[in-house]
Amino acid sequence: MSDIAIHVEGLSKQYRLGQREPYKSLRDVIMRAAKKPLGWLGNDSTSGGKHEEEYFWALNDISFEVKRGEAIGIIGRNGAGKSTLLKILSRITKPTQGTADIYGRVGSLLEVGTGFHPELTGRENIYLNGAILGMRRHEIAHKFDEIVDFSGVEKYLDMPVKRYSSGMYVRLAFAVAAHLEPEILLVDEVLAVGDAEFQKKCLGKMGAVAGEGRTVLYVSHNMTSILNLCQRSILINSGSILMEESSDKVIDYYLEKQQTTNTFSRTSNKDPNQQEIHFSNLSIDPINPKTGNPIDFIVEVRCSKDIISSDHHEIAIGLLNTQDSKILQIHSKHMNRDFQLKKEITKVRVSLDNLPLSPGNYHVNLWLGSGSFTIDYLQNCFSFTVDPGFFVVNQYVENLGYPVLVKSNWELM
Amino acid sequence: MNRLSPQKQTENGNNKSLHKAINHHQSIVSMSHEKISLNAVLNPTDGADVLGGINLDPIRITPPGRWPSLHLQELWDYRDLLWILAWRDIKVRYKQTALGAAWAVLQPLLTMVVFSLIFGRVAQLPSEGIPYPIFTFSALLPWQLFAHAMLESGNSLVSNQQLITKIYFPRLLIPFGTLMSGLMDFAIAFGVLLVMMLVYQIPIRWTVLTMPGFIFLAVLTALAVGIWLSALNVEYRDVRYTIPFLTQFWMFATPVAYSSTIVPQNLLWLYSLNPMAGVVEGFRWALLGNESFSLPYFLLSTGMVVVLFFTGLAYFHRMEDSFADNI
Repeated sequence: MSDIAIHVEGLSKQYRLGQREPYKSLRDVIMRAAKKPLGWLGNDSTSGGKHEEEYFWALNDISFEVKRGEAIGIIGRNGAGKSTLLKILSRITKPTQGTADIYGRVGSLLEVGTGFHPELTGRENIYLNGAILGMRRHEIAHKFDEIVDFSGVEKYLDMPVKRYSSGMYVRLAFAVAAHLEPEILLVDEVLAVGDAEFQKKCLGKMGAVAGEGRTVLYVSHNMTSILNLCQRSILINSGSILMEESSDKVIDYYLEKQQTTNTFSRTSNKDPNQQEIHFSNLSIDPINPKTGNPIDFIVEVRCSKDIISSDHHEIAIGLLNTQDSKILQIHSKHMNRDFQLKKEITKVRVSLDNLPLSPGNYHVNLWLGSGSFTIDYLQNCFSFTVDPGFFVVNQYVENLGYPVLVKSNWELM
Repeated sequence: MNRLSPQKQTENGNNKSLHKAINHHQSIVSMSHEKISLNAVLNPTDGADVLGGINLDPIRITPPGRWPSLHLQELWDYRDLLWILAWRDIKVRYKQTALGAAWAVLQPLLTMVVFSLIFGRVAQLPSEGIPYPIFTFSALLPWQLFAHAMLESGNSLVSNQQLITKIYFPRLLIPFGTLMSGLMDFAIAFGVLLVMMLVYQIPIRWTVLTMPGFIFLAVLTALAVGIWLSALNVEYRDVRYTIPFLTQFWMFATPVAYSSTIVPQNLLWLYSLNPMAGVVEGFRWALLGNESFSLPYFLLSTGMVVVLFFTGLAYFHRMEDSFADNI
């Protein structure tokens, strides 16, 4: 028996851009067929160029090897291709090029509670979810008590899960997943749910799995958990492997790089030069903001119109956490402010006295428009790390899982 | 954190040992103090054996090939999931309905009553000397199974998209599993038919022995249509809107409400290209011994079922690899 668990060779995956049209309709196919001869008669080179632009490589020539019993962390920014890699390895989707050989039974956990049915009871969902994750019926029956025990929802086992609180739901879902015993386990950021205590419990379970000599491939934005679980890590950036080293080295490099590269990037598939008005830059001051401390966002808008528009424009900054949950919106309209754009560059400074975010990584969406009309909208164009800081004097804020903090007055009545 | 790394590396080589595993667990993941997770380490169930044998052959993940294979072995390995998906559909089906499973009896019964009134009484359609309610009910049995497959299996992949994008399993299980709840209704309705045959004092004929064959054919037809429509629906959502019309149209092209004796003789071959025509005629012949059953036309119809089934499988497998990306 060889000691290799996963062997990946030149793996690539190409996706189509343009999520707006997730499915075809027959009409489109007929229209395209009708247009094709005309398009062929017309300017061929432009249509060909456009065709190229519609695709992008989510993974580009990835090769690596994982030994049996090894726990490997996979690190990278949002959209770097981590999830695509796990999706290919768990056979949900096929690669466009390259091969991957997997020696052993694979269990993948890309989401907790996959296939949970709201109408079914907790007990029934354990069997359903277990089977979906690849457990045999007698195996689930064998581990049933253990699963219930781990979840801590035994009182509500015969209640439909639609009446569960979201915390209970997640506990039950993870409990099933945690008792999956494949030889190779692929995990994607599923531990980020639930309260802090339960997260610790889950990490403990994951550690146990890794300790049993199973192979684990673990995607997470939680560097502490990666450091705890994985000896080695792979850093992925724009679909390629940037670094493959011991976890502490990779994490150090990644965090350092992330701090120095929190620069603005237009990820929109629209060509900025085509737009007369668009965001051209965003920066923050200081570069490493701290919880509870002042922070400035400096937004730059470029306007190439010759005629100076008299329209009044509003700007909104949306902050999202690493799980892409919307956390905070900073909107000029809320403060009853709007801006008249100058020709060329308009710079706007937005100041917060006390950054109300707990320590962690956040990324930014930018919106420019007037009323409900959108002129430019950028998703995930910037990301930054909030370091621990003092919210009120001498009160050091730790990340307790609640992202937003506000100042409050407390008095005895 | 760095303090832990060297220790981890020394443990790395020996982590197959149970003892080491416990040590590892306690030292590295010090935050976990739960009894449960420790138990899991102390009593490692022979997971791989329980899970149907250690898979020594590597799974090779490659770009989609030109010739899809059927993976029958894999379907068999996942049979537990098939049952559980079917069980889920059945369990959820009549949740929050006042009448519950009585719907399985009521649906074909009410259709039969309507048909008997409209086509039997008002339109006076011939029923080859068989009492009209029995005549139409014997056809409604396979028809409703088929209609169920069109509607439910047709939409099954799309309505299970959460599963398809998050977990791997043979995708065929989804339309197959959906059919099971239809089979359940079929079994109930079959019981109703037997009661009705007693009430109308229809003699039991030897041809009843061929019933399993016709039931198999009905299931095969339903499967064929189910896999075709479900795979098409992933790519073209038009299918969803087409299904209700298709079902209506198809029913009138099938001898459910009338006897195929009213079809002109020179058009019978065309009529028999409908796979369901053969199934329905076969059911009637086995149960009631009607005279309109003709073997050549039946075989033509059955041939169409086989063609539909295998082209459906081929199409499904060709599209299967991109389901997760397209759905």
